[in-house]
Amino acid sequence: MDTGTDRVKRGLAEMLKGGVIMDVVNADQARIAEEAGAVAVMALERVPADIRKHGGVARMADPTKIEEIQNAVTIPVMAKCRIGHFAEALVLQALGVDYIDESEVLTPADEEHHVDKWAFTTPFVCGARNLGEALRRIGEGAAMIRTKGEAGTGNVVEAVRHIRTVSNEMRALTTMGDEQLMSAARDLAAPYELVKVVAATGKLPVVNFAAGGVATPADAALMMALGVEGVFVGSGIFKSSDPEAYARAIVEATTFWNEPDVVAKVSRGLGEAMPGLEIGTLEATERLAGRGW
Amino acid sequence: MSRVGVLALQGDVREHLAMLGHLDVEGVEVRTPETLAAVDALVIPGGESTTIGKLAVRFGMLEPLRRAIEGGVPVYGTCAGMILLAGSVTEGDQPLLGVLDVVVRRNAFGRQNESFETDLEITGLDDKFHAVFIRSPWIEKVGGDVEVLASIDDHPVMVRQGRILATSFHPELAGDGRIHQMLIDTI
Repeated sequence: MDTGTDRVKRGLAEMLKGGVIMDVVNADQARIAEEAGAVAVMALERVPADIRKHGGVARMADPTKIEEIQNAVTIPVMAKCRIGHFAEALVLQALGVDYIDESEVLTPADEEHHVDKWAFTTPFVCGARNLGEALRRIGEGAAMIRTKGEAGTGNVVEAVRHIRTVSNEMRALTTMGDEQLMSAARDLAAPYELVKVVAATGKLPVVNFAAGGVATPADAALMMALGVEGVFVGSGIFKSSDPEAYARAIVEATTFWNEPDVVAKVSRGLGEAMPGLEIGTLEATERLAGRGW
Repeated sequence: MSRVGVLALQGDVREHLAMLGHLDVEGVEVRTPETLAAVDALVIPGGESTTIGKLAVRFGMLEPLRRAIEGGVPVYGTCAGMILLAGSVTEGDQPLLGVLDVVVRRNAFGRQNESFETDLEITGLDDKFHAVFIRSPWIEKVGGDVEVLASIDDHPVMVRQGRILATSFHPELAGDGRIHQMLIDTI
């Protein structure tokens, strides 16, 4: 019996497709997420909107908190480590989390290197703003990608920008002759072997979800329509006026994203969405998506 | 050409459709009672069984699915699909179809770190089958009409009851179409 293989790591992400992964900070929220139909939860100390508000260094959650959430639900539990902080990642692996998110939402621990993810049994998901960044993370062993939006803003504009960037760059590769792929790999700063895979298939070799800024059912439907395979929702659920209703509606809109009648139906009477932030009002240091490379 | 539906509420629908595409049947996504009525057989994919079950209830699919299977439409459930077919689960309360006379233990092999792949002996297949188990369930108890086709450490991981077939593992991730072919052969 082989554990920790590429196939089982990438395979779990395949099982999450068409689903919603929700940020939760305690067992009660985890149960609400599971009851609403989340495919997994992300165990956190604070949701991104609160990380923004409180400032300071954001770190891996307290293991007690993660275990509390693991004990509350039967769906997979993910948790975040800081970029490059392999000691936090080892702790998360020891806790038996189902996926480790090496995340720009926490304060980076290493400005030059990401974690060597091949060295782990637990699979990793990493953020990316463009194809080169996605393929570098996969090259380091990431088994799932999430296209970065601007977390904690309730504003999808950055997620849309980055999903479109990745799609356009993938499409461009599929039109190239074999002799062009090495220079494409150089320009993307991405591993040549992975560039060849994308050129041949037109898609990433791992599952790709959207993340960052999703606040409404229609936001989730937009992400799916742009071609991602599922959605992470951070502050959008538990910073809304009615988390149960939002959680459920976002799950339903993700499944039925291409049926506007269903999205309309589930969007009715949800109450206030989380407060949003205009990206232009953020200082450069407040923008999280630019962390990592 | 036979038409085989894949329940497409959540999960690895695309992998099952790709597998069916290699087996000379038409694979279609099933999300409504109308599309369900037009298929000759059905696959319930891997995914999160709680998510698929809740969506099936909310969008009025649970009863039509149950009626179709009880009416003799051949069905094959992988992992989450096996759980949904089951009569009951050992812990918790979630929507189930209850058409397969087994008790299932969810996440029985452990969390993701314990997910594994292995070569499995399967009754009725000549060569071993490369099986991928991801946070997989096993079967804790089988009813009288249920035939166990494969086990790991005495825990059944593949069973058949009439035209209902179920595996704890994911053939759709390993590119071997022999179990999907078993489903197609019962049409």
